[in-house]
Amino acid sequence: MRTDVNAFLGAYPFRRVPRTSPEAVLAAMDRTKIDEAWVSHLPSVFWRDPAAGNAWLYEASSRYPRLKPVPAVHPGLPGWEDVLAEAASRAVPAVRCDPTFYGLDPMGSEMRVLAAACGTTRVPLLLAVRFEDARQRHPRDTSPELPAAAVRALLRADGDVRLVVTHAGREFVEEVHFGSTPDEAARVWWDIAWIWGPPEDHLATLLTTVGAERFVFGTGQPLRIPEASAAKLDLLDLDAGLRAAIDSGNAAKLGT
Amino acid sequence: MLIDVHAHFYHERTPRADWRERNTSRLRAGDKIGITIHVASVLGTWGRTSPIYFPSPTDVTAGNDALLALARVHPDRVRGYACVNPNHTDHAREEIARCVAGGMVGIKLAASRRADDPLLDPICAIARERRLPVLHHVWQHRRRDWPGQEASDAVELCRLAGRHPDVHLILAHIGGGGDWEHSLRAVRGTANVFVDLSGSGADGGMLEACLEAVGPGRLLWGCDLTMDTGLAKLRYLERLLRPDELELVTWRNAARIFPPGAFPAD
Repeated sequence: MRTDVNAFLGAYPFRRVPRTSPEAVLAAMDRTKIDEAWVSHLPSVFWRDPAAGNAWLYEASSRYPRLKPVPAVHPGLPGWEDVLAEAASRAVPAVRCDPTFYGLDPMGSEMRVLAAACGTTRVPLLLAVRFEDARQRHPRDTSPELPAAAVRALLRADGDVRLVVTHAGREFVEEVHFGSTPDEAARVWWDIAWIWGPPEDHLATLLTTVGAERFVFGTGQPLRIPEASAAKLDLLDLDAGLRAAIDSGNAAKLGT
Repeated sequence: MLIDVHAHFYHERTPRADWRERNTSRLRAGDKIGITIHVASVLGTWGRTSPIYFPSPTDVTAGNDALLALARVHPDRVRGYACVNPNHTDHAREEIARCVAGGMVGIKLAASRRADDPLLDPICAIARERRLPVLHHVWQHRRRDWPGQEASDAVELCRLAGRHPDVHLILAHIGGGGDWEHSLRAVRGTANVFVDLSGSGADGGMLEACLEAVGPGRLLWGCDLTMDTGLAKLRYLERLLRPDELELVTWRNAARIFPPGAFPAD
């Protein structure tokens, strides 16, 4: 069993990305032996109202049960509580918020209130550090990357909130993990999409220092080829239990 | 056969205390991936006593010495590029001659001078005489200068290639940061520029764009600092290409542009 917690549907505004339809993402999942994917609606990350993409996302995932919707919540817009309530009623694996792309302070009051609401409703909150390498972003793609300080602040904002952070590299993970109490650090999960394998061995190091229970399988597809995340696990000498935990077990526990 | 045309190793005169572990990790991962030969370079002392991309002549020699020693320990797995700093022309000439005599098979130019600078002409002249490919560090569309390097982009590399049509130039790490679409547009019509697929970038659509721009006949497989993305691209190419096309990318193109006998099956 393998669950990709970091997948997208729909076009990317800053470069041509092929195969963004649900059917194409499912084909890529088949190719890389991914059973389920948590999918976000990529175009609406850049819309004034990101939640306007949720209806399409719910409809697409209803047609394809292997795709689990991760709807967007913008805590600066009126009615965001209803968006979160609908997500909770649909038993989604997580909701997402991309504050720097929405023009929100990533550690401001709206985000802290959203974190608390996610804690209350027991819906994990998914945050992306970035979508692309900073060196290749479009000249008009100027939203800052999510700072590690924001993740620490949100973990401290509510004792029940659980965060899934995608596209973080080694330094980011270490800064949050070792800058948090054990209780706080136990409420954040990291996808492996942006963590380097050999010869730098960042992932191998983090599995030892931070703990394998904190990591979940994620790819960032179709912005990135999903083979990259599978390859970095294949290059590790993981026993079957640890591999299964990262492939899907840790993500499954997030919903409990 | 699988040739990684863009590898690096470290040595004891670098700032990294973990240099042995990193070298061991590269070779171990290479075994898992199935890499036959790592064609590597060492950029001086990797910043310890001169900048990574502006290595002093002393450090250039030290780095090349370390690589020659590693290749002697692993003659079945490691080949070398002679790394030189073109700001020191005489030293660069001597170093290339020395390293090739020691078994190195190519030239590595980092970012000590722009690719279209006249100081690269004598380096390319030697490359032509000795039939050595030149791997050039490239920033995929440089929009501004970056500290610590005089990075070139593909347009500049193609100017150099135009002045030296008999030299095979390798555009480094198309996935190594920057706008790879810009680079692919630039190299499309320059037949003596090959595209090295290495780098941490594994963007959806990138490999298709590489094939569309230059075809399998001008692509070279490699890893650079992330062997996981190298393996991922290899797996993706296995589905994208016919077996004969895949062989071009994984080793036949390399065997064609490196000196005869550089690789086991060559």
